[in-house]
Amino acid sequence: MFIIKHKKIFLAISAVLVLVSIILLSTLGLRLSIDFKGGALAEVSYPNGRPESAQISEALKLNNIGEVIVQVTGDKGYIIKTKDLTEAERIALFKALSLGGSYQVEEKSFNSIGPSIGTELRRKAIVSLSAVILAIILFIAYAFRKVSKPVSSWKYGIIAIVTLLHDVAIPIGLFTILSYYSHVEVDTLFVVAVLTILGLSVSDTIVVFDRVRENIKNRLSDDFKETVGRSLEQVYTRSINTSLTVILVLLSLFFFGPQSTKYFALMLSAGMFFGTYSSIFLASPLLVLVQEWQDRKSGKFIK
Amino acid sequence: MIKTRISAIVILLLGIFVGYFVYTSEPTLENIKPIPAPAAFKNFPFKLGLDLSGGTHLIYKADLSAVKSSDVADSMASLRDIIERRVNLFGVSEPIVQTEEASLSASREQRLIVDLPGVTDIDRAVAMIGQTPLLEFKTEGENDYVATSLTGRYLERAILEFDQNTREPIVSLQFNSEGTDLFSKITKENVGKTVAIYLDGSPISTPVVREEISGGRAQISGSFTPVEAKTLVGRLNSGALPVPITLISTQTIGPSLGATTIDAGIKAALIGLLFVAIFLILWYRLPGLIAIIALSLYVSIMLALFKLIPVTLTAASIAGFIISIGLAVDANVLIFERLKEEMKLGKSINESMRNGFSRAWFSIRDSNTSSIITAIILFWFGTSLIKGFALVLGLGVLTSMLSAIIISRIFLYALNVKSESKFAKFLFSSGISK
Repeated sequence: MFIIKHKKIFLAISAVLVLVSIILLSTLGLRLSIDFKGGALAEVSYPNGRPESAQISEALKLNNIGEVIVQVTGDKGYIIKTKDLTEAERIALFKALSLGGSYQVEEKSFNSIGPSIGTELRRKAIVSLSAVILAIILFIAYAFRKVSKPVSSWKYGIIAIVTLLHDVAIPIGLFTILSYYSHVEVDTLFVVAVLTILGLSVSDTIVVFDRVRENIKNRLSDDFKETVGRSLEQVYTRSINTSLTVILVLLSLFFFGPQSTKYFALMLSAGMFFGTYSSIFLASPLLVLVQEWQDRKSGKFIK
Repeated sequence: MIKTRISAIVILLLGIFVGYFVYTSEPTLENIKPIPAPAAFKNFPFKLGLDLSGGTHLIYKADLSAVKSSDVADSMASLRDIIERRVNLFGVSEPIVQTEEASLSASREQRLIVDLPGVTDIDRAVAMIGQTPLLEFKTEGENDYVATSLTGRYLERAILEFDQNTREPIVSLQFNSEGTDLFSKITKENVGKTVAIYLDGSPISTPVVREEISGGRAQISGSFTPVEAKTLVGRLNSGALPVPITLISTQTIGPSLGATTIDAGIKAALIGLLFVAIFLILWYRLPGLIAIIALSLYVSIMLALFKLIPVTLTAASIAGFIISIGLAVDANVLIFERLKEEMKLGKSINESMRNGFSRAWFSIRDSNTSSIITAIILFWFGTSLIKGFALVLGLGVLTSMLSAIIISRIFLYALNVKSESKFAKFLFSSGISK
């Protein structure tokens, strides 16, 4: 009941977090990876010690491949980013990286993506994002079609969507900070992370709403506020425990897992955390708030 | 009761068998500790994606501006066929060559995707794949076939026809005017001999000339199956009207990076599993132990499915699998929390267990539906990378629902706790409650 009683505080916390995330996103922006904008990325390692990055930049300038970014990776390696390269340019790039044969270079990975692939991926990302959101709205509308008193089913749906946006906005905000201070970029996996958060967050909210629905049916209490409060008490252990296990595996993926899925795991951990937080501290208080507004409009007395 | 216990033992044995299958069918594990296994198991190793095995992923754009729109599909199919032949000549194990139609914002693009596992020295592969197909007509020489001046440039097109009498498939060739003269000369000089047609340096057809052919139209007949004839037509046409391809994307992953990724993935999965197991035992006690057994079965079932379907494993799909381990616990947690509530209402352990399962089912179903929806949409729209993740996640959610509902239930029922002692209650309680 504590949460319902102090609902305005929790709603305010969520509102501030979302607002900060939106401001961060719109001012700092996100770095797009070559998946979306096209370009090339080469990871090389110098097993016998690496040259200075300035030396590499200098050598690459002669190759006339436009702007080149050289980043340090690990103890012996560099990541080199350029525009998308043709096969001839790629061969020239790796030749230049050995600084005329004076350094031994190991080519760890190379990825060059033409602009048309980036365009296609952007389109696919937008289509799948819209499709997931639409499908989830339809699913919630269906799942709650029988609940109508005292809050009608479509309002559950809207609250679930608000919660959903909250759960996606905050991890994106965190990602923006990460992207600003390090070289983390928005790639295909970022989109997958956002979509997965959508799926997981709504499932958590649904479990809470499900319990409210069940308790309304069983006439646990005549007071809606109390019904929601007691439903929360019944389900919060489950919500926390479930996301705890998922966060446990995600953190192990972040700390011990492959480099390529590190930030994906971090993003999902944040999404999982706020997904659970919001189903307890945002969705349920909102439900009560909506009911109170309704009552106020119809002139009922509120305790 | 006996029945439930037998089922539990059967499930356990099946689980051990599945684990045995997963372990012994993996060639890399063989050297660590050899366990005898049927030879057929060797046919089911894990299928590794390029980012794990190392290799090269190439995407080409096909220029079909010279091809009629009704022939695009055929042209792409023969292009695929040609490139596949070249890649096979290159000696790559299990190459994948596929065509794809990509819709960009306004236009469509025909693409050819080539995966070359294990090939990291891409210079030669790219040079070989990128060549324009070369179609040659050769005549019998002393020991070998000898090239003539007739090439694919002079062939207008090849079509598949059927003999009106015998209904057998025939491949018809139509040469242009220069080609007609050249072909007429060649056939005149080689009556009764073979004229071999070469594509990219290897023979694709070796018909025998019956008489001089001067009209510019030739027919190759013989005991073709319609499919063989169609393939030949495609190959001839690709030499006649080559579809130029340009490389638009290259991705190479060195073998060392792939190996590091696998090691890190396995490590993360094991550590994650360990954390989850510790949590389950500490919080849920006896039911937690059951959940761990169910979870282990879940892991072996999933790994076996990866081998049997087979699912191409990438860093993303390993991540999907690791996440699914965490999610698989969800159904168990839902059930155990219900169990606890029922016990609080003063019901016996057995009754609470039964109610717990039946009442938790709806929540389990509803909470997994949205994850399944997301997985389906990701699979539908995704690129190959996303597809792998979506497939593993979707498969994981479905399997975990089954493992919680069937496996955990049978094990818990099989315990058949009649005792209502404090200790029994303690074992079935959870959290910090006594």
